[in-house]
Amino acid sequence: MRVGVFICHCGNNIAGTVDVAKVAEETRKIPGVAYATTYMYTCSEPGQEEIKEAIKREKLDRIVVAACSPRMHELTFRRTIEKAGLNRYFFEMANIREHVSWIGENRELNTKKAIEAVRMAVAKVMQNKPLYSSSFKINKRVLVIGGGVAGMQAALDCADGGLEVVLVEKSPSVGGMMARLDKTFPTVDCSICILGPKMVDVAQHEKIKLYAFSEIEDIKGYVGNYQIKIKKKATYVDWSKCTGCGACMEKCPSKNAYDAFNFGVAPTRAINIPFPQAIPKKAKIDPKYCRQFTKGKCGVCAKICPTKAINYEMVDEIVTEEVGAIIVATGYSLIDMEKLPEYGGGKYPDVISGIQYERLLNASGPTAGHIVRPSDHEEPKTIVFVSCAGSRDKSIGIPYCSNFCCMYIAKQAILTKDHIPDSQSYVFYMDIRSPGKGYDEFTRRAQEEYGVHYIRGRVSRIYPKGKKMVVRGADTLLGTQVEIEADLVVLGTAVVANSDAAHMAEKLHISYDTSGFYVESHPKLRPVETNTSGVFLAGACQGPKDIPASVGQGSAAASKVQALFSKDMLESDPAIARVNINTCVGCLKCVSTCPFQAIKDKELKDGRVVADVIETVCAGCGVCTSTCPCGAIQLQHFTDNQLLAEVNALCQM
Amino acid sequence: MDAINLTETIDTDFIKEVAKESGENPSLCYQCGNCTAGCPYTHFFDYPVSMVMRLLQTGQKETILTSKAIWLCATCETCTTRCPCNIDVAHIMDTLRIMARREGKVSEKDIRLFYDTFLSSMRQFGRIYEVGLLLSYNLKSGHLMADADLGPKVLSRGKIHFLPKKIKGAGEVAKIFERFEGKSDRHG
Repeated sequence: MRVGVFICHCGNNIAGTVDVAKVAEETRKIPGVAYATTYMYTCSEPGQEEIKEAIKREKLDRIVVAACSPRMHELTFRRTIEKAGLNRYFFEMANIREHVSWIGENRELNTKKAIEAVRMAVAKVMQNKPLYSSSFKINKRVLVIGGGVAGMQAALDCADGGLEVVLVEKSPSVGGMMARLDKTFPTVDCSICILGPKMVDVAQHEKIKLYAFSEIEDIKGYVGNYQIKIKKKATYVDWSKCTGCGACMEKCPSKNAYDAFNFGVAPTRAINIPFPQAIPKKAKIDPKYCRQFTKGKCGVCAKICPTKAINYEMVDEIVTEEVGAIIVATGYSLIDMEKLPEYGGGKYPDVISGIQYERLLNASGPTAGHIVRPSDHEEPKTIVFVSCAGSRDKSIGIPYCSNFCCMYIAKQAILTKDHIPDSQSYVFYMDIRSPGKGYDEFTRRAQEEYGVHYIRGRVSRIYPKGKKMVVRGADTLLGTQVEIEADLVVLGTAVVANSDAAHMAEKLHISYDTSGFYVESHPKLRPVETNTSGVFLAGACQGPKDIPASVGQGSAAASKVQALFSKDMLESDPAIARVNINTCVGCLKCVSTCPFQAIKDKELKDGRVVADVIETVCAGCGVCTSTCPCGAIQLQHFTDNQLLAEVNALCQM
Repeated sequence: MDAINLTETIDTDFIKEVAKESGENPSLCYQCGNCTAGCPYTHFFDYPVSMVMRLLQTGQKETILTSKAIWLCATCETCTTRCPCNIDVAHIMDTLRIMARREGKVSEKDIRLFYDTFLSSMRQFGRIYEVGLLLSYNLKSGHLMADADLGPKVLSRGKIHFLPKKIKGAGEVAKIFERFEGKSDRHG
């Protein structure tokens, strides 16, 4: 066996605190090492050429590169040695950058540690076996979870590219948060006017299959071949018959149902269509408020419905769809105002959230676009906006900025002046964050043209005084306390992850951060990929973001799916679990511990039952190998023998 | 206010000292002003709390230690409760008072006198002897009639008594003072 070792300087990244020449010198003494050298940038083209030439010249059959993390360049070097005629698994990387040079300053100790890392890699590579990928067919259909603007954009881009799309939306209509907005910043475009055409396209596109009022029940499979169970929640209205005429809604006697679309600004009927532009425009019954369900009798809607679409007996239905990739666009939620008791939201009717105010401004909202105080329906003249209501507040576990509140508050203040010319708006802010194109000009316009008073400071308390709400805060630029007697207070409530975000992440096998937002593969260079192959992210499920950023990510995720689906076959990773049927005792503990359901039982010809790994489903996590009581199941490329060789090499030093 | 020459006046050692003695990190403050917004005494302060924090971040030792604000703070802890950065602001104010004493820079001599009188009453009786405390404070401060109008009201309702009441374990309380005296030069 002739091992070649290439030690990278990585400019000064490694050579700055590791004596690479010394590492090479010590490496040459290791039995089995036929060649060792150093190079300035091993990953560069000449660096890779050097490896290829050395393989031929020195007749090398195993290669070790001591450089950065295998996450950076393992694939690069595997391809390099493959081009030189070696099996790509006859390769190991010793991470002497992230694990050595970047974390220690002592040159002598670093050099010693680097030598140890190289010895371990050499011991492992000498135990490596050639492995070969097999290829499998891709199912070129894509699942998009979430029908907000990011999800719709992703679905439309995929469908326009010829892919079949399954779009699952948990609420009764697509549109998401954007469908609730009155106008968008900084152009003050009508939100539903620009979103509506997209919603209609989604509904009419022959390549898009829309499941509204549905949720993901279960996800099985792997990139290229997923089986998705979708729960179609009972609407108690047969949508194939419902024409969306709205007659049921008009006659429904239960008039106090919670209106989720309007964030509870005003009640709705127990049978309702969420908003006039809803897609699909179909009615659904909320059994929590429907008298047929709560009292056992009513049936008004069933009598009035001209198409006999009402069905009180309807139950949830599970359907299965098969897809090859998944785009997650599940969006965000807003912090519950009651978690910010000093502001009195939820306790005082005239303290509302920004999204509720948006519904008051909206012509299709419960007040037909007239701004009124929820308490007495009078027109407010003094309106106070509180930004960072919950955001950038470590004491309640939300250390981050919610991204778009500064902008929508400026927009709402401008719209307020348009609606009520003799009104005066105040904005409490800590910093105005407006880095988008045309954004800062917009916040300046609010102050310069619309006379909105911006006060730099936080609000400490809001309390009622007669019909007014007293807002007490600080003006840190004046260095004093200030007080405003307001008619209406609007809180720019913090953006938070959906309450079921973690649960969904577990179904998808993707990671989420401490705030519940999904984690992209690389914060700079792989913004819409996840670490799970075949699963992509779009929109605010990855972190608070505004409409243009969400749309951009929706398109980006779609292009990633197109690239993935540009091949007909995918190569499987051969570094997966294998069962030695001679030593397997058939206890099947591995079957129950496998997180991917990749192991089944198999009966041999002699009647013995053993474990069997489904090659394409196994993700190579290795849980089964530590479960197996007799070492019969081994993760290829990380077998017990290979790992023990590394441990031995370390212990011999 | 004159321009502050930051190159010359930022006292990094002072910032570190306050951080060490209070156990709080002044850099966590992002100047939102929530402490000032809730402070019930800010109208009497020469610098509002958020500005004391800012002066601390910029190492303006002299200005802070000679300020009135640190002595007028009533330690109600509204600032601490409201701080979104979880800074115990009231404890920083406490630390600053201790440092001002140690450096002989107390701006509000009467308030220091009240603290001292309060503690000496505590040491002597194991609890507060209100009448004695008030008489002693009024005599020493020269504010002879301060709060005298309240006397009849609180006396008639039995809130305070002419004679001191000793408590069980007054000796133990006195010992706390003795033990602490050994470290007194550190605490001014």
